Amino acid sequence: MSKKQKDIIQLIGIYGFILCMTVIIVYPLIWTFGLSLNPGSSLYGADMIPENWSFKHYVWLFNSPDSDYLIWYKNTLVVAAVTSVGSTIFVSLVAYAFSRYKFVGKKHGIYAFLLLQMFPVLMAMVAIYILLNLIGLLDSLWGLVLIYLGGAIPMNAFLVKGYFDTIPRELDESARMDGAGHFRVLFSIMLPLAKPILAVVALFNFMTPFMDFILPRIVLRSPENYTLALGLYNFVNAQFANNFTRFAAGSILIAVPIAFVFLMLQRYLITGLTSGATKG
Amino acid sequence: MTANSKRKHQPKLAMFLSVIPGLGQMYNRRYIKGSIFLVLSVAYLLVFLDMLNIGYWGLFTLGEIPGVDDSRVLLSQGIIALILTAFALVFYVANVIDAKRDAVKLREGRHRPPFKTALKSVWDTSFPYLLTGPGLVLLIFVVIFPLLFMGFLAFTDYTLMNSPPKNLLHWIGFNNFKDLLTVPIWRTTLFSVLSWTLVWTFVATTLQVSLAMFLAVLVNDPRVRFKKLIRTILILPWAVPGFVTILIFTALFNDNFGAINRDILMPLFGTGVPWLTDPFWARVALIMIQTWLGFPFVFALFTGVLQSISSEWYEAADMDGASKWQMFKYITFPHLMFATAPLLIMQYAGNFNNFNIIYLFNQGGPAVQGQNACGTDILISWVYDLTFESNQFGMAAAISLILGLIVALFAFFQFRKTASFKEGGKM
Repeated sequence: MSKKQKDIIQLIGIYGFILCMTVIIVYPLIWTFGLSLNPGSSLYGADMIPENWSFKHYVWLFNSPDSDYLIWYKNTLVVAAVTSVGSTIFVSLVAYAFSRYKFVGKKHGIYAFLLLQMFPVLMAMVAIYILLNLIGLLDSLWGLVLIYLGGAIPMNAFLVKGYFDTIPRELDESARMDGAGHFRVLFSIMLPLAKPILAVVALFNFMTPFMDFILPRIVLRSPENYTLALGLYNFVNAQFANNFTRFAAGSILIAVPIAFVFLMLQRYLITGLTSGATKG
Repeated sequence: MTANSKRKHQPKLAMFLSVIPGLGQMYNRRYIKGSIFLVLSVAYLLVFLDMLNIGYWGLFTLGEIPGVDDSRVLLSQGIIALILTAFALVFYVANVIDAKRDAVKLREGRHRPPFKTALKSVWDTSFPYLLTGPGLVLLIFVVIFPLLFMGFLAFTDYTLMNSPPKNLLHWIGFNNFKDLLTVPIWRTTLFSVLSWTLVWTFVATTLQVSLAMFLAVLVNDPRVRFKKLIRTILILPWAVPGFVTILIFTALFNDNFGAINRDILMPLFGTGVPWLTDPFWARVALIMIQTWLGFPFVFALFTGVLQSISSEWYEAADMDGASKWQMFKYITFPHLMFATAPLLIMQYAGNFNNFNIIYLFNQGGPAVQGQNACGTDILISWVYDLTFESNQFGMAAAISLILGLIVALFAFFQFRKTASFKEGGKM
């Protein structure tokens, strides 16, 4: 076999495999979209390519008095906005200290962050449930925000610290020579230069409440406090097959914007993660 | 200051005096600092003494009068007392060391810095603590405090039958753990759940990492075109919120009307597979779904690393007549592993605790006879069931504790081994 023939066969193999993967990846997503256009609400008679398609489930989500979709959307937006702003502030302060200062417990702090980020907040769910119940923050969006904020610190602080470390120290040292104080250096040098990673942290924390299902499930009780993920889950869980097309419509409305933002940003996340992990 | 008085100044005496915080500093003639320390410690005692008292009493007894004392409240006050004590101890030790350091400086005849400079240096040294302070407090109360609470709960008899505020909790030592190992139903459940958890973690994660590596190397081949488009498609499963896709898969895998049985298996083989009702097939389905969900993240990581490997490596290998496989084995693979090892370990840890997929797919089901967890339950979803379905809080906490120990041990040894992490620790 000549080298050229071998090349062609290899290429066919590669493209064939990629094509297979593409079908496997895209099929469930297209299937969901197809289902969401079915006029009936049940999974039984639904087809992937409906004959008389309609957007009536989308309209139902927004217009029907039976639908809490808009309330859930609003709840999720509130939680997401507060979490995003709050965690960015906390995380940049912590990361600044870890990147630029010497203090007692710094080295152990880094170990602790790495260890803590493996323990999902979920593992303490017994305690969280009982504690929030005690201080009266069970079934409250604030309780949820609080847990998101605390849980976001280890992972994100690690990420931002890695980015801060890549900003040359000469910059802040010369600013200090010119008499800039600690906060001045933070606000006029570090933060502006670290905008890309801060944007990523803010956005990922914004997206967490849209994607997370289990914490809201533990914390929130009443339907008017539900976030989107929890609401949609309960919606479909009550009568799995019967509400499925509506669930599909609701999911598409979350998945499309999130997937879009995600695809734009994942590159920064990857750079942050690999540089944070390899360069410290 | 005369030479005589300098010699007389005793660091040991300063340390001894600072048994009462502030006195040592005053002996060092740092009166302002000394009085701040003194005032702080008196204030600490005044404000927290009651709290510490109740806290420790509660921690030891868990309450005495049923219906009045709420053991949960007492336990959390006890933990707060512990945390406060830890803070006080750190301050106390810092105070003694500070007294000694200043005394040594004084004896060596160094002049006391002027007030303004001293103030500036206090501000400088305390600044990093100021920065980390709010984050630390939040971390302590949202992450560490619940973890501690859970740790203590594992040694109590908190069940649905015996639950505060109506009843009191009691310390029962290692009884929960003993029951877990000796009572037949707990023991069989523990071992079947634990073994499935380990199989699940190992198989699902390894599959997703190998698929990701294979695809990343394939797509990175210089002959492949439309790289950007292909990569975007391959990352899609990561971009769509997980709970949505898992629920979609639940529908796709549905025994009776799911598309996989109805549209693919039935026409081809004439029979469906009981994906949701047979434990074995449910496990197979879960591993496949997790591979689908998990490989894109690793793929993106690997792609990033592959693009950063200099092409000179491959050119040199090509000159030496190395085969494709040899290039992969000696150049690509080590590079990938070196750069991503800690993150891959986190993938394993993540799947070990991957509650979402287990719960959303089938709620851990199908049920299995002779044990109190379902067929696909991993440790963490079993804990969830025990907590929220059967309210066996004490037992759930005990299992969480075992789970936490496994994760911590695994993580710790792996991180120590990973060279790239050592660099990170040194700074």
